[in-house]
Amino acid sequence: MSNIPADLKYASSHEWVRAEGNGVYSVGISEHAQELLGDMVFVDLPDVDDEVDAGEDCAVAESVKAASDIYAPISGTIVEINEELEDSPETVNSDPYGDGWLFKIKASDESELDNLLDAEGYENSIDED
Amino acid sequence: MTSKTVLHAKHLEAGAKMVDFHGWEMPINYGSQIEEHHAVRQDAGMFDVSHMTIVDVKGEDAKPFLRKLVANDVEKLQVAGKALYTGMLNAEGGVIDDLIIYFFTETEYRLVVNSATREKDLAHIGAVAADYKVEVTERPEYAMIAVQGPNAKAKTATILDENQQAAVEGMKPFFGVQAGDLFIATTGYTGEDGYEIVVHNDGAEALWQALLDAGVRPAGLGARDTLRLEAGMNLYGQDMDETVSPLAANMAWTLAWEPEDRDFIGRDVVAKQRIDQSTDKLVGLVLEEKGVLRAGLKVIVDGGEGVITSGTFSPTLGHSIALARVPRSTGETAQVEMRKKHVDVKVVKPCFVRNGKSVI
Repeated sequence: MSNIPADLKYASSHEWVRAEGNGVYSVGISEHAQELLGDMVFVDLPDVDDEVDAGEDCAVAESVKAASDIYAPISGTIVEINEELEDSPETVNSDPYGDGWLFKIKASDESELDNLLDAEGYENSIDED
Repeated sequence: MTSKTVLHAKHLEAGAKMVDFHGWEMPINYGSQIEEHHAVRQDAGMFDVSHMTIVDVKGEDAKPFLRKLVANDVEKLQVAGKALYTGMLNAEGGVIDDLIIYFFTETEYRLVVNSATREKDLAHIGAVAADYKVEVTERPEYAMIAVQGPNAKAKTATILDENQQAAVEGMKPFFGVQAGDLFIATTGYTGEDGYEIVVHNDGAEALWQALLDAGVRPAGLGARDTLRLEAGMNLYGQDMDETVSPLAANMAWTLAWEPEDRDFIGRDVVAKQRIDQSTDKLVGLVLEEKGVLRAGLKVIVDGGEGVITSGTFSPTLGHSIALARVPRSTGETAQVEMRKKHVDVKVVKPCFVRNGKSVI
């Protein structure tokens, strides 16, 4: 059973969201998602200042197995991207909830957080897969 | 109903992620496919290839039978133990399978064919054999372990007895020898030095464990695919099949045209294609920017288009490579349609890495 931290919110498309304060949220992919994808070889991130809508594909995680779209879990502006992933995409595999984060969004509507799953809800959604 | 090799429990013990591979439950990786790939390029790795089909051919007609059955010529095999890579063609000149033939004597040969094609191969071999005095025997009681990498031979040597060490001492590439209870061959599917070892099912787990204890790292089908692709080796069912001419699959070098009167199956069709230059060709593609070339993607070249037959991220080179079947007129560059964009790629010979080094 893969690790699903209880303090994060999740999208059913396997992104996690962590509140960083001041309406900024970091986003990554779950441990379950990185297991499904296998070794990561490239991560294509959005640009800082990009406006994204909830559900919009804004990044690509490319593994040995497949290229997979990453969707913005909430709407807002990209305020930071994890540039370390350019040289070490494997961090997404080794530390998906920590150093393997992808980008940070300044939320335009924090009520969208309510549309996301909690850890238990996400775990149930995986079990249904 | 999936089959399991005798090493199944050893894979689970090593933390393998198992997948269905043409009806066989096989390890795709033991954690990280890329680390396993590097282990083979830099040190020594081992693959369970027991799912492959071993077929022994014996009898007074063994040689004429094989000279009919396959496109390369077993007449080239003059030294006991020497091996030959060849295609087995159908009457339309398509590739039924690719295989390795080991020569023991003119009445005794061993064939190793793919597992995914086992049934049709055995049916075809049996049908052709009906006209010859030969005995064709499948050998499911044997398992096979491929040990590959720059340190593969040295690490294997530590677990062989004196007689076995003497038997493989100085053995050239593409040879096989029965050494005690092991059949040890200097063949492989990675572009590295090493052995493929045939062992009785009863001894397979012990051999695997001994190699593990000697510091050989288990590697799964995922790494096997990236390694063979870097080495520019075809995968049956992807880079060629029954509808593809060997001339369109970088297998021209395996077609033995001399002597002219040897009438191997498929000869007349492929001979005409060769004169007419009517087939596509198989090339290598190199993508130096981000992204991964994948099988099935369309390749756009001057005056036509082709298709990627195998594509991957190359862990050794750090970028993507592919094999593609394209029109003969293809020059030094092409474009691949990827994720709605056209991306420029270099066209190279279909071989990217040998003995740990880039050969692009």
